[in-house]
Parts: sequence; structure tokens; C-alpha cells
Amino acid sequence: MKKTLTALVAAAMTLTTAPAFAELVVPNLSYRTGPYAANGIPYADGFNDYFTLLNERDGGIGGEMVATPECETAYNTEKGVECYESTKGEGALAYNPLSTGITYQLIPKVTADGITLYTPGYGRTSAANGKVFKWVFNFPANYWDGASVAIKHIIDQEGGDISGKKIALVYHNSAYGKEPIRTLEELAKKHGFELSTLPVDHPGQEQKSQWLQIRRDKPDYVLMWGWGVMNQVAIQEAVNIRFPMDHFIGVWWSGSENDVAPAGDKASGYKALSFHGTGMDYPVYADLKQYVVDAGKASGAGDQVGTMLYSRGMYAAMIISEAIRKAQEMAGKSNVNAAEVRDGFENLDLTEARLEELGLPNFAQPIKASCENHGGPGSAKVFQWDAGAKKWNEASDWIESDKDVLNPLIEEDSAAFASENNITDQCN
Amino acid sequence: MPDIVLYAAEVTLNGLMAGVLYALVALGFVLIFKASGIFNYAQGVLALFAALTLVGIQKGQVPFAHLINAMTGNHYTNFPWEVPAIVAILLAAAVMVVLAIIIEKVVLKHLVNQAPIILFMATIGMAYFLEGFGDVMWGSDIKTLDVGLPQGINDTIDTVTFNMFGYGFFIDNLDIVAAIVAVLLVSALTVFSQYSKQGRALRAVADDHQAALSVGISLRFIWILVWSIAGFVALVAGIMWGSKSGVQFSLSLIALKALPVLMLGGFTSIPGAIVGGLIIGVGEKLFELLIGAPFLGGATENWFAYVLALVFLVFRPQGLFGEKIIERV
Repeated sequence: MKKTLTALVAAAMTLTTAPAFAELVVPNLSYRTGPYAANGIPYADGFNDYFTLLNERDGGIGGEMVATPECETAYNTEKGVECYESTKGEGALAYNPLSTGITYQLIPKVTADGITLYTPGYGRTSAANGKVFKWVFNFPANYWDGASVAIKHIIDQEGGDISGKKIALVYHNSAYGKEPIRTLEELAKKHGFELSTLPVDHPGQEQKSQWLQIRRDKPDYVLMWGWGVMNQVAIQEAVNIRFPMDHFIGVWWSGSENDVAPAGDKASGYKALSFHGTGMDYPVYADLKQYVVDAGKASGAGDQVGTMLYSRGMYAAMIISEAIRKAQEMAGKSNVNAAEVRDGFENLDLTEARLEELGLPNFAQPIKASCENHGGPGSAKVFQWDAGAKKWNEASDWIESDKDVLNPLIEEDSAAFASENNITDQCN
Repeated sequence: MPDIVLYAAEVTLNGLMAGVLYALVALGFVLIFKASGIFNYAQGVLALFAALTLVGIQKGQVPFAHLINAMTGNHYTNFPWEVPAIVAILLAAAVMVVLAIIIEKVVLKHLVNQAPIILFMATIGMAYFLEGFGDVMWGSDIKTLDVGLPQGINDTIDTVTFNMFGYGFFIDNLDIVAAIVAVLLVSALTVFSQYSKQGRALRAVADDHQAALSVGISLRFIWILVWSIAGFVALVAGIMWGSKSGVQFSLSLIALKALPVLMLGGFTSIPGAIVGGLIIGVGEKLFELLIGAPFLGGATENWFAYVLALVFLVFRPQGLFGEKIIERV
């Protein structure tokens, strides 16, 4: 297995910052090497740093220190499964592998082993149906929510009517990239727009054909479901053909600082969704600076704090920590096990007041989970890149997805999974 | 003129330009294979390493900063200076020469007379090592590469074709620069190999290692020379590809684009790499336009390039310009 010096150093740093007598183990299946490292690093840093903050400031969760043993997946599904197998014996309470491919492989494994799989904004969309997917949670939003939110934003931009408009989807030619197609087809029927789909093969360094086609077809809007180098090249190609950037909208995995940087100033105006806030304007960062960064306990180089993907890693850690807290409250003890943490996820009630207590006011939408609802509110905001200020600005308030369209699709997909795997309604 | 003809003409031009970029990567493979019989698996990583080094030098980045900071508790990131692009390119080229010397001394010297598969395996090891080394040296973040190359639609071509056909063709300025650079590079390599003493020595080694050694040509010097040139070609390829996507670790995957070019053009021919690149570039893009996108759902370029190369292999196993393999019993 390939291991670079960076991975070793990172692992060593993680070990040195991990508490000595941790009781709560949340493995961090990360990728700091390989073609997707630039995205994996800030996410992993945000994830680790939030738990380090809880350990250093609060003495852990409910008095129990948290360990986040890191395992390098290199965004490779086989390595991801190896990481799962090698860490689950350490008393793992939940996994967040940041890969749809790994998620699909882990769903049967976590179901058999009784460990929660938490996949915010990625993974199997129909896992939002808790009646079928007992051990999987994907709140606050999934890919289909993203597709719906993007279309709602376009409707808003167009004054309420997009019938006859042309919308193109440029997508990573993988299970992940194909996820929104079905939803967009349904939305096209409902709203009367014309949908065209343009696949881009991994890794996506060469996209001339796709963008020549966009230049010929002149769609009114382009949506993007990309990851890694595909995002940077697509944004550069859009700039090259002078496609209006404010009509180019990426899903949350196509909206990091990394994605817009190579195109420079001309990337200004590009839009991307996000299900959480970004930037340093949250009170939690004062504590993070004091207890983690300035104390020399930051994960990695400590240079990613406040970026979009760092914020997302921190969001995932915050949700897992709140689920653990809920589990402790329900079980009446601090050293909860994996089954109790799953119950914590299912009974999570994250209110705006609680977010404010955590130093994250209006950072995310409140979540009220239930046995049936593992998918959360399904809302997202649209952010717009300002290349001059090098920051993402909010371009919309929270936009709710179209549940009338999505719920039947989720029911249909999860029913097919239930039928293939002989799963009966887990909530009755 | 029917729209599809205009589109096909535009796609053909863009395919030619893309082909030049593929050829730039393939050239590095050809140079090393020609001189030493090694299929250099690390060529893509050489391009990545060269581009990382270029950006690092240009931006005044402290090499191994993460490692130094982790060990000393400091927060070094950059020196208080930036280096002009041309100086940075020259310094990066010098680093590639030093790298070639190290590769020869640490790896190749010990593998003289080993079977080609052993040398190939050594380059796999080098690829993984260099990727990790580049990571530790310069960090994994995406770096913006700006050496002053123009990018975006060429307005002159757009206007002229619009006036002629009523449809303006899209040609990327960066692709035009890449084509000019490729022509200059191939011309320089041809002049070097035909008219310089070292170039003739290089060709002699390529023809017959033992015969070259018997007339006093230093195999080790030639290996350093050819790996240095391949390193420079990798730097040029890294600049062209990195200008588009930023310099990041997926840059090493551009080697995948060179393989069908090599299969088609032959592993031993510099003109073969160019012609092969152009055929693959045009072929895959026209196929995508006429058949892939309308009938097969698109994204056919990656696999079609290999299919096209395989078709050529059936008729010319040594590639279009490769040397015919004759083995007598």
C-alpha cells in the first residue's frame, strides 16, 4: 500500500495529538495523498480539529475524550474498505469516509457490524429513508436535494418560470456524478426545461469536447457534479468559452477554494451550493484558535482553517459529536457504544439555539431526525465566488428542496434496495 | 455550409491542438525508451514534480515547510521574494538535471544489463517515491501556475471564421502556444540529435548499447543526458497542462493520455509521438462529436483513444513510425 511521508507525518501528528486514554473512537477515513488530496486534506483537518477542540476545551464529550485515528484511503474504494476493517475493532462509533464509492461498499458492512455510517451530502441518496437504512444517516442534504435546490435557485433567478430554458449538467462519469440525473429529469418534466447531460471521464483533465458542445448548444445554465481536477478544468473551460459564470452552478463538491483558484479573477461569479456556512465569522473560531491552532495542536499544517472544505469536515465532526452527546443523554452514561450512538443519531434534535451555543449561529439548518427521517431538512444555500476578496459570499438564503418530487424517488429507490436485501420496515 | 461540417472542422482543429498536448507527454517516454529501452512509468510524475518545483520556486515557497514546521514548531511558508517566471523555469530545469543525475547514480547505475522488466519496475518505484517526495517538498494543495501564457478564446480566429462561415471557431490561446512550443521543441531535439556530438552519441546508444560502449561513449553520461532532456520535456508538459488545471497531484495522470499515442506512433520515434498525438486527438474528438455524444451517451474519448491505437497495432505492431522488430533464429 502506497504511503507517502506526508501520510506518515500526518498520522504521527494525529497520534501525538490524540488523547492518551480516549474512550470514544471516531475513525477518520481520510485522503491526504493521491489525485484528490487537495480536497481530502482540508476536510480531514476540519474533522480532526473540531474533536481536538472538544478535547482541549471541554475535556471531550460528557467527560470522555475522543480519538480520531486516521486511516489513509487515497479516495480508493478498496483502501477505504481496508481502513474500515482495520479500525472497526478499536471500538469505532461512527464512520464518515468522504467517498460515495466507499460508502456503497460499507453500507452492508456497517449494517452487519452495527456501526453508524454518516455521509453528509454524499453517499447513497435513498439512505435518507430510515425505514430501510437503519445504520446510515445522510442529513442535512443529499445529491437529489442539491439538484432540486439548484433548479429552485434558477427558477428564482428567472422570475419564477423556466419553461423552455436549456439546462446542461456536466458530471463526473461515475455513480456519484450520475446521481442527480433522475431527479433533474423529473424536475424537467415538472418545470418544462430542456435537460442535456454531458459526462466527463475520470479524472477530467481534458474536457474540450464537452465545452465545445456547450458553446454550440448555448444552454441558459450549466450545473456541475464534479470532484477534484474535473472542477478546476471545467471552471477554466467555462471561462475560456466566456460562459457567464453566474449561470454556472456547482453542487457542494464543486465549490471549494481549490476549484476556483486556477482560473484566477475570471472565476468570479461562479456559484456553488453548500449545506453549511463558511469563512471565519463564527464564534467557534476564537476557541479553535486558542485551544487548537495557537496551541500547536492543529491537524495537518493548520493552514486550512475557515475554508469551505474545512468547514464541511468540521460540520461532520460537530454532527457526530452532537449525536454522541444525545446518545450519552439517552443511555445515562458517558462511555456509549456504537448501538447507542446510532440511537443518538436517530434522536438528534439540533436546534438553532444549540448551534448558537456551539459557536456556530446560522452555520447550518436545524435537524430533527427520526426513525423514518435520516435525511434531514434537505436545504442548502447558494454561494458565489468573489475572486477579488478570495471568498465565498452568500447568494441566497436557505432553499428547501422539492420534497414532492424527491420523496417518491427516495421511496422507490429504497424500496428496491429493501426488496433486494429482504429488509422490512425498521420503524414498525 | 451545414452546421455539422462547421462543427466537425472546429472539433478537428481542437483535436489537433489536444493532440499536441498529448504528444508533449509522449515525447518524454519516447526519448527515454529510445536511448535506454526503458518504459518510464514515472514520466507523468516527472511532469508533476517539474511543475510543482516550478511553482514552488516562482512563489518563493519554502521546500519541506510542512515537515520543518512539524518538527520545529515554526510556521515557515514562503521566502520574502518571488522569482520571475523565466528564471523559475530555468531553475526548475536545473532541478530536473540534478534529479536525472540522482536517478542515474541511485537507481539506473545499479541496474545496467538487467532485463527491461526490472528497469520498468524500478521506474514504478521511482514514480511512487517522487510523488510522495513532491508532496513532502511542496505540499498537496492546488497551486496556480502563471508563467504569463495567454488563455481563453482566440478572438482573431473567432472573428475571421465568423466572417467566413457565420460561425466563429473556438481555439484556445494556450493550445496555440502549446503547438508553437511543441514545434520548437521537436525542431530543437531533431537538430540536437542530428548535429551535436552528444546527440550523435545518444543515437549510437539507441542503436546498440554495446557498440556505443566499444567506441568510448559513456552510457552513464548518455543516461543522465536523456533523463535530463526527458525532465525538461516533462517540465514543458507540466507547464501546459498545469496552466489549465492548476498544479495538483492528478497531473501525473496525464501519462494515461500518452499511452495510446505511443502505441500508435511507436515507442522509438519523435515524429511518431507528434503524428500519433495528432491522430489520437482528432480521432477521439471527432468520434465523440459524430458518434459518442449522439448515440453512446458521451465520454467516449478515453476508451476510444485506446481502441484507435489497438486498431493500428493490428496492422503495425511497432506503431506507425516504430522500428520494425526483426529477430533471426
